[in-house]
Amino acid sequence: MSEARSDIRLTGVTKRFTSLLAVDNVDLTVDSGEVVCLLGPSGCGKTTTLRMIAGLESASDGDIMIAGRRVNNLRARDRNVAMAFQFYALYPSLSVEENLAYPLHADGLTRAQIGERIAHVSKVLDLQGILKRLPHQLGEGEKQRVAVGRSIVRTPTCFLFDEPLSRLDIQLRQQMRTQIKEVLAHLDKPTVIVTHDQIEALTMADRIAVMRAGRIEQVASPHDLFSRPANIFVAGFIGTPGMNLIDATLVEATLGPDGVAVALFRLLGETISGHVEPAVVRLARDSKVTLGVRPRSFEFVPLGTKDALHAVVDLIEPMGAEVLLHLMEQGADLRCVVPHTTRVEVGANIGMRCKQGQLHVFDEQGILVR
Amino acid sequence: MSKREVRSIGQAGWGRTLGAAAISIVYFFPVLFIILTAFKTRQDALAWPMKFIFTPTFTNFVSVFFRTTVEGGAAESTGFGLYFFNSLFIGGSSVLLALLIGTSAAYAFSRFPLRGNDTYLFMILTTRMMPPIIAIIPIFVLFRIFGLSGTYVGIIALYTAFNLPFSIWMVKSFFDDLDRDIEDAARMDGSSEWRVFRNICLPQVYAGLAATFVFAIILTWNEFVFALLLTGTQTRTVPVQIVRTIGGSMGVDWGLLSALETLFIIPVVLVTFALQNQLLRGVTFGTIRR
Repeated sequence: MSEARSDIRLTGVTKRFTSLLAVDNVDLTVDSGEVVCLLGPSGCGKTTTLRMIAGLESASDGDIMIAGRRVNNLRARDRNVAMAFQFYALYPSLSVEENLAYPLHADGLTRAQIGERIAHVSKVLDLQGILKRLPHQLGEGEKQRVAVGRSIVRTPTCFLFDEPLSRLDIQLRQQMRTQIKEVLAHLDKPTVIVTHDQIEALTMADRIAVMRAGRIEQVASPHDLFSRPANIFVAGFIGTPGMNLIDATLVEATLGPDGVAVALFRLLGETISGHVEPAVVRLARDSKVTLGVRPRSFEFVPLGTKDALHAVVDLIEPMGAEVLLHLMEQGADLRCVVPHTTRVEVGANIGMRCKQGQLHVFDEQGILVR
Repeated sequence: MSKREVRSIGQAGWGRTLGAAAISIVYFFPVLFIILTAFKTRQDALAWPMKFIFTPTFTNFVSVFFRTTVEGGAAESTGFGLYFFNSLFIGGSSVLLALLIGTSAAYAFSRFPLRGNDTYLFMILTTRMMPPIIAIIPIFVLFRIFGLSGTYVGIIALYTAFNLPFSIWMVKSFFDDLDRDIEDAARMDGSSEWRVFRNICLPQVYAGLAATFVFAIILTWNEFVFALLLTGTQTRTVPVQIVRTIGGSMGVDWGLLSALETLFIIPVVLVTFALQNQLLRGVTFGTIRR
């Protein structure tokens, strides 16, 4: 191999805590220079996965490869992996400068070299003014920057971040998000970020791995994850407000000569048709499906229009530039986001239709039909 | 707007200040009484009602170290210098030793638990559940068999053993309160387990170690029964000698006794004073979360 490989490869990685299966047969590849976010609700195994890559937990099963080398039996300190912790984990008895220098001691550098690295990192992260301070004298944002600085001060094989922004307030969070993204862009190393905040994941990641109950539900780019969620869980988890998921029955689906599939569904006491993925044609007639429509995929149409749902406006939640409407139809709560200029009133009867090509069809098992 | 006075710390009213002063004088009175008596002549010491105004004398302090048996004869050493040294040496080394072993054990109990960890910890503490004197006969016999009676090694080993359970429990609680992520961070930064312990964990519990040191040194410094039975003329500690001073054909020399006690409490006061900041942080350790 001519070029030094630097990637993370997980194959069938499993973690069992006595009776609990925390991580279940996870496969994941993070390439050099790529940022992958592990996203999921708390307790889904994302942090455990990260700690296994770090070497802080041992894998019960499977292979963890870093830069082409199996590291399962390597101790954390021998893996040359950098990690920033959720609560920063700065060394409380050491100054900022000493905190930054700490990871370098193991590398056998000279004093001048260490000073050089610290000078560089503190310039990048704007830490020059606080080098002599102790961690307890720092603000949250400063602590976070020191934690990031400590992880990038040496040249590890990969970077791991555990909920890097969770402790910051919203303003600081946006600032740090940009800063971390910039820093990561300059490092040609694989990076894994654990988060439960989808905005964080969507903005920072090249790819996102959505986890639930120890399993990876889908790995995809932020765009694909949003536009083609692999199953109902991902569909409901990604996007705010959440996708509308409506139980329906497939009446029939036909593939036209132009390659466009049109399907007829029975739902909420009405029968509507819409453009769908060609694969829907393969489903049996009368099979139960779940239709997914994003709140922003509805358009208002006059009452009585073909393929329109008829609903009553139940609740109006202004969200600034947009307005979230809760609509009731046959006992189902439909969420719909419209521009704030739209004139609607509670109790109004409204006809609405899913925009062409924005209808997601999930089969009986909850898997996207494609 | 209603006028509301907010009192900052250090601005207690006069009533409370006087109340606090009165209570602290009650607590301090025995010590004050001894210190005053140490500077009194024999007549002043026995005077009733107690004299607060008197001409201080240092003869008591001199006679702690020297005595003259015959009128006009040369002053003879009472050996108290040696006893003070013994108390310092035996107390200091046994407490430091207990702290050294105790800290290692505490770290192990906290970070590398054994199967049945809590059982071991409990068993360690059981040795402090009974009065130590219960074990005096077997210990006395053992000391005889191994020739430890009257030796420094013997009494230091004994005090170390008695200080260990307390040290282990106390220091373990300090280690338990530390943030484990910080240690993981150090491991990821390439630290060996030893470096994690030495450079990361230990500095965080210095205050706790100081607190443990002070409590242990006070207990050891004042220990009497074992010192009485297991030390010899060369290794005798101050508490034993104080008691030996009480007797005598001419009745109790209160001035001499008080001078002795005054000198005796000085080292402990100094140690506690030097470590008081650490001590405060140590005993409030973990009560304030980050």
